Amino acid sequence: MKRNRIITILTISSYVMFLIVSWIFGFSPGIEIANNFRSFSIEMLKILPCAFILIGLFEAWVKKETVERHFGEESGIRGYIWGILLAGTTVGGLYVAFPVAYSLYSKGAKLSVIFTYLGASAICRIPMAIFEASFLGIKFTAIRLLVSLPLVIVASILLGNYLTKRNYKIIEGK
Amino acid sequence: MYYLYIITGLAVLISFIVSREKTLKAVKIAAKRFVYILPAFLIMLILVSIVLFLVPEEVISNYLGSSNKFIGVLFASFFGSITLMPGFIAFPLCGILLNKGVAYTVLAAFTTTLMMVGVLTYPVEKRYFGVKVTIIRNAISLFIALIVAVMIGIFFGEIF
Repeated sequence: MKRNRIITILTISSYVMFLIVSWIFGFSPGIEIANNFRSFSIEMLKILPCAFILIGLFEAWVKKETVERHFGEESGIRGYIWGILLAGTTVGGLYVAFPVAYSLYSKGAKLSVIFTYLGASAICRIPMAIFEASFLGIKFTAIRLLVSLPLVIVASILLGNYLTKRNYKIIEGK
Repeated sequence: MYYLYIITGLAVLISFIVSREKTLKAVKIAAKRFVYILPAFLIMLILVSIVLFLVPEEVISNYLGSSNKFIGVLFASFFGSITLMPGFIAFPLCGILLNKGVAYTVLAAFTTTLMMVGVLTYPVEKRYFGVKVTIIRNAISLFIALIVAVMIGIFFGEIF
């Protein structure tokens, strides 16, 4: 863990150095990379604070038993439906879905539901699907969803069961 | 996007009215979770900024427009996997490519891998799920994306 931290710090500081040097000497690839970094950071900053506040509220208010009942081992098919519905309203993309998935997991959701949620939040976020349909057609979006969603659920169940058997745990967030 | 702010604002307000303590606790949890993942997010942003420089939209357009559908799908899934772009850039790009005559099959491979396979989100995913599960999930996602591309191809009469 400590080695990883050093690598992270080194990577970030050499990146910053590269950008500063590029800026001083007017090195255009470096400036372009800095612009990419800025525009993506802004995009993410529009979403992440809200996402994490909602995660915090969720963890403070929602009882473990409630999550276990709807997303846990006893939830049966309902767990997957809840997972997909929650995914439909997730904003941003996978990078927002990961921390949400972690919170659900720490409140007692089962792994196959977690993976279904992750997969579904990649492919069937409602605003994104509408946007997609307006550029590529409803037929395209409908086929894409009807093909990918069942595959995501089946794969999640297989992966979830496999990992549960092996006593896999999602890393504890400190 | 605005509904996210409205919902968050309302949620905080209601929570604060019902219990100040719990709201404070929620904000603390939010900050803790955010700090935990922040370095991974920074690494991800660094990777995104560099990859977008190396693989700009024009390059993607050129490779996806390949006359051979099979090669087009291979390039599409490669670029979809290694890049990360928000929907408001990706789908208009697909619309343009479609008008240029790029096959639906190729576009399906591109959009689905773009959504599901995250090479650039690897640092964030790994921090929660570990290396092994991250690789398995992405491999499965790539496989699903290829199936989606084939099915789209069949339904749009581009394959067979």
